[in-house]
Amino acid sequence: MNLEFQIEGGNFSRAGHASSEIKKMLKQLGVDSRCIKNIVIAMYEAEVNVVAHAFEGLIQVHIESDKITTVISDKGPGIADVDLAMQEGYSTASKKVREMGFGAGMGLPNIKKNTDELTIESTVNKGTTVKMVNHF
Amino acid sequence: MVTAKTYHALTVDEKKCIGCIHCMKACPTEAIRVVGGLAEISKERCVDCGHCMRACPAKAIYVEQDDLKISQTFKYRVALFPAVMIGQFPEKYTENQIYAALLKIGFTHAFEVEQPIGILKDSMKQYCKTSPNNKPHISSFCPAIVRLIQIRYPSLTENLIQRKSPHDLGAHFAINELKKQGAKEDEIGLFYITPCNAKISSVKSPVGEKESIADGIINMNDLYNRVMQVINDKEAEDTSHLRENLSRDGILWSLTRGESIHFGERSMAIDGIHNVIKFLERLENEEVPEIDFLELRACDQSCAGGILMTGNRFLTVTRLERRAKRYPQAWKLKDSEAIKGSKEIKQKLIADKITPKPAFSLDKDRVRALEKMNRAQRIICFLPGVDCGACGAPNCQALAEDMVNGKAKMSDCVFLQQMWEDEGKISTTKAFRNVEKKWGEKRFQADCNKRGKRNEGF
Repeated sequence: MNLEFQIEGGNFSRAGHASSEIKKMLKQLGVDSRCIKNIVIAMYEAEVNVVAHAFEGLIQVHIESDKITTVISDKGPGIADVDLAMQEGYSTASKKVREMGFGAGMGLPNIKKNTDELTIESTVNKGTTVKMVNHF
Repeated sequence: MVTAKTYHALTVDEKKCIGCIHCMKACPTEAIRVVGGLAEISKERCVDCGHCMRACPAKAIYVEQDDLKISQTFKYRVALFPAVMIGQFPEKYTENQIYAALLKIGFTHAFEVEQPIGILKDSMKQYCKTSPNNKPHISSFCPAIVRLIQIRYPSLTENLIQRKSPHDLGAHFAINELKKQGAKEDEIGLFYITPCNAKISSVKSPVGEKESIADGIINMNDLYNRVMQVINDKEAEDTSHLRENLSRDGILWSLTRGESIHFGERSMAIDGIHNVIKFLERLENEEVPEIDFLELRACDQSCAGGILMTGNRFLTVTRLERRAKRYPQAWKLKDSEAIKGSKEIKQKLIADKITPKPAFSLDKDRVRALEKMNRAQRIICFLPGVDCGACGAPNCQALAEDMVNGKAKMSDCVFLQQMWEDEGKISTTKAFRNVEKKWGEKRFQADCNKRGKRNEGF
C-alpha cells in the first residue's frame, strides 16, 4: 500500500494530518499499539520539521505486512551538519517557530528513538530526505 | 481480566425505528448501520455514550432497565444515586422533600454515592503517586470514555487510573452504615439510579471489576417521574443524617472539573465525546504538553448532561453549584467516624487492570488486513465521496470497509447505481429493488403521515 501526503512549509495548523491518517490505517491492520505510537510520534516530528524549516515537502508511505517505510523529502535550507542536528537540544529554529512551542531541538533525536532504521540525506540550500523504517 | 460478555444497555425498538440516518451519523465510533430500514448497533464498537439515543427523532433507541418492583424483596431497600440527581429538580423543592419522596416510593434508605468522596480522591491520588510512568493519568470515572479508550486508543489503556467509580464507593459505604445499624448483608438491596446508559453497562458488566455490586438499576428519568408524582412542598422530615458525609467536593465531583480541580495545575478536564476524541488523537501522537491528570467525560457538562437526566443541563449545574456552597469541603470531614473506619472501603475501590479491546482492525491476519485495505482504497476511487449515508453506512470510507468485509455491496451506493443506469448496465427496476432492499418496501411512496417527516420528534 502506497500513500502520499503534501506538506506546506509554515502551516503549523495542518501538521499532524498525515500521521493521524497513518495511525488510523495501522489500527485497521491490527498493528501493536506501542508500535503504532512509535511510528506516529516519529512521523509527526518529521512533519513538524518540514513545516518549521522547509518551503514544501512530500511524505511517501509504503506499508507492507511486516513493516512501514516512510520517506519525507523537502525543498528547503537543508541541514549543514546532520550529526550535530541529531544531538538533543540543538536547534536552528527561528524565534517565531520557538514561540509557537516548536523547535526545542528534540525533533531528530526523537525520530531516531522511535524508528528502527533511520537515514538522513541533506544538501544545503536544496533540501533534506529522511527515510525511516519501522518493523511491526 | 473479566471475560464476561460486554453488556450494552442501548436497544433499537424495531417498531419505532423509522430507518433514518440520524443515529448513524451521530455515532462517534461508526458503530451503527441501517439494514433493511432499521438501525443496527454493533456491540463490538458501541461505547454506550448514548449519542444515538439523543439524535433519534423517533425515540426508537431506548435503555433497558430493571423493574422498580424488585426492590420490595429486600428488607433494606437503598436508593443509591449521584448528587447530580438533586440538581434536576426545581429549586422550590428542598433536599428533605426530595429524600422524603424517594422514601415514599418504597425505598427505606437513600444515599448519594459521592460520600465520603475523600476516600476515593485519596485512593486515586495514591495510585497516581505509585505509578508515575503512565502519565497523563486518565480518570476512569466515565464508563463510555473507558470503553472508547479500550476500543479506539488501546495504547492509552495503561494511563487509566485503576480505581472504581463513586457508585462503588457509595455502595460499600451504604453497606457499612447499614451493617452498623444491625442489617445483614443479604437483607440489603442496593438500587443504583443512573443518569446515563453507560453507567448501566458499567454496573452490569464492570470493566476492571469482578462482579457488579448493585442489585438493580433504575433509570433516572423514570425515577424523576415517580418522584414528581409524590413530591410536595410541605414540611418534610429532616433526613440530613443521610448526608452527613456529603461534601462540597462530592456534590461537584460528577460535573466538569469536579475531579481535575483536585489534581494540581497540570490537570485538564474535557467534556463531550467528540472533544475527547479530538484530544485523545493528539495525546496518542504526543502532540500535547506535559499533563499529569485528565478528566474526560462523554457528555457535554458531564453528568448534568447525562442522557437519562430530565432537567436542562445548565440549570442542573447551577443548582448543584449553589447547593455545594452549603456543604463543607471534603477535608473538613476527614476526622469523621465514617472516614476513620474506611480502610476496608479503600481496599475495595482498587480495580483490576483495564485491557485494550481494539475494534477497528480489518482482519485478524495482517496480510489479509493489508489486502483488504488495498481493496478498500481501490473501491474508494469509485465512490462519490458525498458521505450521504444512503447506503446505510455513515460515510463512503465506512462503506468501502464494509464491502471488503463482505457486509455491503457496490450496488448499495445510490450514485453508482445511477451511473450504471445511465451507462445501461443495470435496469431501472433492478436499481430500485436494490434501494428497497436497504430501506424497506414502499418506503418511498408519497405519504403525508409518513413517520420521520419534517420536524417530527424534534
